[in-house]
Amino acid sequence: MSLRKIFLSVFSLLALLLIWQVLATSLNSYTFPAPMLVVKVFWQACLTGQLPYHLGVTLLRLIVSFSIAMLLGCAIGIALGRKRDLDVFFDNWLVVFLNVPALVTIILCYVWFGLVESAAILAVVVNKLPNVIVTIREGTRTLDQDLMDMAKSYRLSKRKIFFEVIWPQLHPFMMGATRTGIALIWKIILVVELLGRSNGMGYQLHLFFQMFDVASILAYTLAFVAVIQLIEILILKPLDQRALRWRR
Amino acid sequence: MASVSLVNINIVKKNFPAVSQATEHLAIIDFNLNIRSNEFVCLVGPSGCGKTTLLNIISGLDQNFEGEITIGSASVKSKIGYVFQNPRLLPWRTVRENVELVLDRFQNASLIDQLLEVMQLTKFQHVYPERLSLGMSRRVGIIRAFAVNPDLLLMDEPFVSLDPPTARQVRDLLMVLWQNRPHTVLFVTHDLREAIFLADRLIFLSAAPMGVVTEITVPIVRADRENDQAIESFRQKLLNDYPAIKQLL
Repeated sequence: MSLRKIFLSVFSLLALLLIWQVLATSLNSYTFPAPMLVVKVFWQACLTGQLPYHLGVTLLRLIVSFSIAMLLGCAIGIALGRKRDLDVFFDNWLVVFLNVPALVTIILCYVWFGLVESAAILAVVVNKLPNVIVTIREGTRTLDQDLMDMAKSYRLSKRKIFFEVIWPQLHPFMMGATRTGIALIWKIILVVELLGRSNGMGYQLHLFFQMFDVASILAYTLAFVAVIQLIEILILKPLDQRALRWRR
Repeated sequence: MASVSLVNINIVKKNFPAVSQATEHLAIIDFNLNIRSNEFVCLVGPSGCGKTTLLNIISGLDQNFEGEITIGSASVKSKIGYVFQNPRLLPWRTVRENVELVLDRFQNASLIDQLLEVMQLTKFQHVYPERLSLGMSRRVGIIRAFAVNPDLLLMDEPFVSLDPPTARQVRDLLMVLWQNRPHTVLFVTHDLREAIFLADRLIFLSAAPMGVVTEITVPIVRADRENDQAIESFRQKLLNDYPAIKQLL
């Protein structure tokens, strides 16, 4: 990255902070705290262990539901992409599930299975799954038949065909599903927690809302944004670079 | 025939059934071919006559036909090396990794080294295919096919759309490789000069439905084939003796 680019991005962040500070000072309202106050609240919440605990719980739910949705979604997506009849049969189901509002799934899961952890996870998975299936199905349809023929004529094992021939072709679709997946899931998880859990970010935000504690709401939000950015920088980007190292 | 046939190809019928607008297409009818061990056979025929279809049947990719293919002894699963027209390398694997892909876990590293050496690709073994020229990619395809030590080597116009000097270079390299490590080869081309240069035996094929028009053993000894004059005069003689061939080229 050029120096100019770094300068610009730092400058834009500072500008955002400055606007925030100016607005907060001029409004001078309890419901619009200044940046410094948010940082202070953030620090205190860290010290008491409240923020790390609730953030951790939410992250754990994110990891579990994300993993289940991705694994199931890949398996089903590949199957639908390769078998025409299956695809035609399940296409309508997909359309229905894609269009059921997240809130409806969440409420139904809680009503049917009770206010339990598994119902919460299930609600998130059901929301995310159709998305993954559609993305991976599209990826599977674009698989290069020439390469498959090559693999078959050389009698490669099923394992080799999957990991060395098919998987690298699906990689861009996987990364797409992962990125949109994380963005979608963490928003849904907060609603799930708000409606039926007694810990996690969503639960905390609910409490702060009742007390009009905007500083805490912003502190938790910043923490979450930072964590998602870290996942992108520390996990997703390196994965991308490794998988695409052959590109010119 | 003096030596035992290694490859017996007997295709009674191969057709592509009618799909929506397209009518049924009869691709191959009554096709018989026996190839001796380590024989280099060239199939020469017009484009669209069903040569690729034939290779796909022999390689086992297309099992939807009437007839029988036997390669080597029936008790052992035969190994096929297939050099495709488009090299079909995996772009995310380097040259060497592409060759290693088709080998077992207990692969012979020194064999790969030797093949790379003969094909003059040692320097490029850790390069990704995107950086290779077409001629180089084709050479990698040939290495990959030789590396499995195949019972039968199928080559589907591997030099098409290369510029003449490059095509000639790759052809010469192929000959060096083949003479060092003889294999049974079935080579498809529509270039008669190329076929005469490479083959022990030429099989001329008709347009679809494909059948054998005539077959000719190339009498020129290998040592004389570098001589373009010898190739050209044999070509002229063929065209004079078998006027039917002209229509197939």
